[in-house]
Amino acid sequence: MSDLEKIIFEVEKASAAASSLHELDGVRVAALGKKGSVTLYVKEVGKLPAEERAKAGKAANEAKQKATKLINDRKQVLIQAQLDERLSADRVDVTLPGRGHEPGGLHPVTRIIERIRILFERQGFRIEDGPEIEDEFHNFDALNFKPDHPARADMDTFYLEGSRLLLRTHTSPVQIRSMLKRGAPIRVIAIGRTYRCDSDLTHTPMFHQVEGLLVDEGVSMAHLRGILETFLQQIFEDEELTLRFRPSFFPFVEPGAEVDVSCLFCHGNGCRICKQSGWMEILGCGMVHPNVLRACDIDPEKFTGWAFGLGIERLGMLRYGINDIRMNFENDLRFLQQFN
Amino acid sequence: MKISEKWLREYVDIPVDVNELAERLSLVGLEVAAVTPAVPHLPGIVVGKIVEINKHPDAEKLTVCKVEVGDGEARQIVCGAANVYVGMKAPTILPGNKLPDGNKIRKSKLRGVESEGMLCSARELNLGDEHDSIFELPADAPVGEHFDKYLGQDDSILEIDITPNRGDCLGMLGIARDTAAMFDLALCRPAIEPVTAAIKDVFPVEIREEDACPVFAGRVIRGINPKSKTPLWMQERLRRAGIRPLSSIVDVTQYVMIELGHPMHAYDLDKLSGSIIVRWAKQNESLTLLDGTNPQLDKSVLLISDHKRALGLAGIMGGADTAVNDQSENLFLECAFFSPSVISGQPRKLDLNTDAAYRFERGVDPDGQEYAIERATQLILDICGGVAGPVDCTRTPSVDTRRNDVTLRRARLKTLLGFEVPDEKVASVLTRLGMPPKDVAGGWRVRAPSHRFDIEIEEDLVEEIGRMYGYENIPAEQYPTRHPMEALPEQRRDINVIRQQLVARGYQEVITYSFISPEMNQAVTGQTGLVLANPISSDMTEMRRSLWPGLLNTLKYNLNRQQSRVRIFETGLRYIEQGSDIKQENVLAALVYGDRYPEQWGLAAAPVDFADAKGDLVSLFPPGSWDRFEFAPDEHPGLHPGQSAEIRCDGQGVGWLGALHPKLLNNLELDEPTYLYEISLDALQEAGLPVLETVSRFPAIRRDLAVVVDENVPASALTRLIWSCEPALLRDLKIFDVYRGKGVDLGRKSIALSLILQESSRTLNEDAVDKIMLNITSRLTADLGAQIRE
Repeated sequence: MSDLEKIIFEVEKASAAASSLHELDGVRVAALGKKGSVTLYVKEVGKLPAEERAKAGKAANEAKQKATKLINDRKQVLIQAQLDERLSADRVDVTLPGRGHEPGGLHPVTRIIERIRILFERQGFRIEDGPEIEDEFHNFDALNFKPDHPARADMDTFYLEGSRLLLRTHTSPVQIRSMLKRGAPIRVIAIGRTYRCDSDLTHTPMFHQVEGLLVDEGVSMAHLRGILETFLQQIFEDEELTLRFRPSFFPFVEPGAEVDVSCLFCHGNGCRICKQSGWMEILGCGMVHPNVLRACDIDPEKFTGWAFGLGIERLGMLRYGINDIRMNFENDLRFLQQFN
Repeated sequence: MKISEKWLREYVDIPVDVNELAERLSLVGLEVAAVTPAVPHLPGIVVGKIVEINKHPDAEKLTVCKVEVGDGEARQIVCGAANVYVGMKAPTILPGNKLPDGNKIRKSKLRGVESEGMLCSARELNLGDEHDSIFELPADAPVGEHFDKYLGQDDSILEIDITPNRGDCLGMLGIARDTAAMFDLALCRPAIEPVTAAIKDVFPVEIREEDACPVFAGRVIRGINPKSKTPLWMQERLRRAGIRPLSSIVDVTQYVMIELGHPMHAYDLDKLSGSIIVRWAKQNESLTLLDGTNPQLDKSVLLISDHKRALGLAGIMGGADTAVNDQSENLFLECAFFSPSVISGQPRKLDLNTDAAYRFERGVDPDGQEYAIERATQLILDICGGVAGPVDCTRTPSVDTRRNDVTLRRARLKTLLGFEVPDEKVASVLTRLGMPPKDVAGGWRVRAPSHRFDIEIEEDLVEEIGRMYGYENIPAEQYPTRHPMEALPEQRRDINVIRQQLVARGYQEVITYSFISPEMNQAVTGQTGLVLANPISSDMTEMRRSLWPGLLNTLKYNLNRQQSRVRIFETGLRYIEQGSDIKQENVLAALVYGDRYPEQWGLAAAPVDFADAKGDLVSLFPPGSWDRFEFAPDEHPGLHPGQSAEIRCDGQGVGWLGALHPKLLNNLELDEPTYLYEISLDALQEAGLPVLETVSRFPAIRRDLAVVVDENVPASALTRLIWSCEPALLRDLKIFDVYRGKGVDLGRKSIALSLILQESSRTLNEDAVDKIMLNITSRLTADLGAQIRE
């Protein structure tokens, strides 16, 4: 083995033995540094006579290239090893839960209200609201409730002590306020809290209603049926849903109707929940009574309109199966979190 | 109103079964809420006949009866009721069978005497309240027949919800009228033969209030047998209508009310003095009613009296003194029409919700009082015997009870219903409803019959046509909109955006009652709220002045159900009296309790503190509006005095943030600090429009500053001062540390701030920054006694 071969052999051995980039750098200095073995050999070649120099120079250069390659190859191996080591050390358990808050949620009543609001806003209805402590004019008189009439007594009204102010028994006073403020034509939706002095499995002294009103020239019950059909189909996401109008009485509409939807559970075939009738009562509605229009300075000869009112908790019962309406206001987190 | 299907079929030859009938009635506006069998299934109960009665050897109140039940044997049955007699027929339950309440009757010994079954009372059979006597059956009841079959299993009870406008349907005849109209069939009115007067007696009636009582029909009947029993058929009809049979005369008046819809009253003629007078009551006039109560009378109550005393409340309830009883042989029958406006509201005010008042409030047919008197007379004479005087009816001519003419325009009918009803159908419906139309230009003119007092205007007729022709004919049409697009104000944030922000921060929305206990209003706000005159319960008597009481109740409710971490919010009105006005303000309120984060592996558990709550609250402020808000240390009755702040927006108080007062923590038995905030929703919803500023291309310089100040110097004083020193170049200012302890004197604190400074048109040089910092530090030292830490 020549000296050169020995030098290269040593470089090969040393770089293979280097276990870190730092060690390998030592090998590089020892071979290719200013005083490295390869460098010194190359220098020695320069001192040789010219005729030998060409041949020896070529060999020395090849040896230098070989040494450089040996060290660089080893370097790649070590870099890869280091990366591999780091990748395996940096592993996290991606299945561990993330850090921070868990989201809360909206009350089911709000959830329903938002859907209703969006559906009617898309139809161009204006959202209106009004006070919950109301007067008799807006809650009764203007809505054609005669004083002392049983229809008024049936409302189980809460009154404030020492005054004739009351807690609104329905969202209908917002109809009056809107029509007085804006006149006709008008189309509004009012959603909010309402109160009646009544409490059992299906009644709480506070509940929520949504009220719709549209007054314009030539508005008919067919338009009412049209919008209610679409609305209820969208709310229940059931294109097959059908409606049934039954004559009924509310002082502020004439003709008046109660609306049933085909049973959401048996699709009208008859089941326990709809008491085999195939129908479920859902809302009250009708054509705005001329006395109501007159009370709002709207000419009933020129304008006609429809109105409807619907209980939000009733929808919650049908949509989410909240059978005990009181659960809505107990606010048990285990109940509420089911809607998150 | 409960009606017997079988009875209804006597008036109308109904072509459908009971279920279809119920549906059809519902579809014309007489909503059938339930259909139930008229007679319960009573297996093992048969018609028995008592053939022998002996005294019980060892018990004074018991008798030992021999009862035949149709199998040729006489069974021995021990009985405790006093009304048994030989020959009596009664429902008898045989051993091995169950009563409706589930009790099984066995062959047993009663005080040592064998008893093979039981004679039943009405209550035991679920047919009434009577329990002291055995249910007596007519003499012709066939011995051995199954009792339920004997009563009639071919009948159903329809429970109909009559709307307040249809007082005319509060009698069988009224329902029959609508039923006949609905099927376009003839109505067979009950056959009533006028009873010819056999005596001349009349009892004088003086109507002093003709508007209140335009019609008063009366009749004297003498010589009845007061001990007569109501026949079983009538008892059953009353029971099926939901009325408890009492005594023969009262039962007849009730029967006529159910049948014809006319409430009636029978007086004991011998107890009346002078004449009947219809007048207003005097203030505090005394009267004892049939039910033994003494109503508080005033001048708004219409009274029936005689020359000596008040006899009863007109149209509501009769008095006890002149009521018929089992001694009364001579009667005076009354059937009157009282104006609904006179009776309305009185039953509620007097707490006397009687069947008569229910009808008069809603309206009774002003015609037909004579007819009702004839019907009652006929029944009384049949059941109790006696002789009748002439019907004496006073109709005040000055009070017109007739209906007005109403015109229905063809065009209006179409506009309201949204479809065209053929003319002949309109005429047919109106005729069927007892108001044959006259053709007039463009429509029809009708006069409603006397019982349809609800028909006053054209729209009422539209409903009549609609419901009889069928609401199912209304098509579904899209309303052709001609409304402009609604506004979408960008400077008004949607409440839902604010709600969703809290949801993202782990809050659960709740909805609590608007009325709370006075104690909670007082404890949390230090003031009383608006009081309800008729609260539903003692802990819901006042309108809330704050949403916090509801949130605190919700917290307690959930802590009692094994929750330990509660983050909740609510939006809604609070109600505050302001002089003669009531401020109903929409607010958002929230409560946080327990750990800052849900238990998790990556964060050490730590209880929530003031800054957590404040951070949540501030995240709700409208973007770009933070500098409009400030937190002013201040005291609030519900909050810890050292941990509460008024929230101000543009200098106006808009809400509060703080820790619940420790006194309240104790009262509510809460173990951990509870943080609350409440803020006007208006303040959160009003947002500005973004105004763009040039983004500087030059580098920003950060300088940190640590100052020591007295504890009572709020951080906001430092930041406000620094901003005021350098409003032009200061881009951002943050507090990154607050330190107390070693190196800082007791009663002082060290606050570390970072300042970001930047020029918009050139690079800020160090010298300029040094000058700015020097100005700031000297102002801090001079104005706030700050010591600058190096």
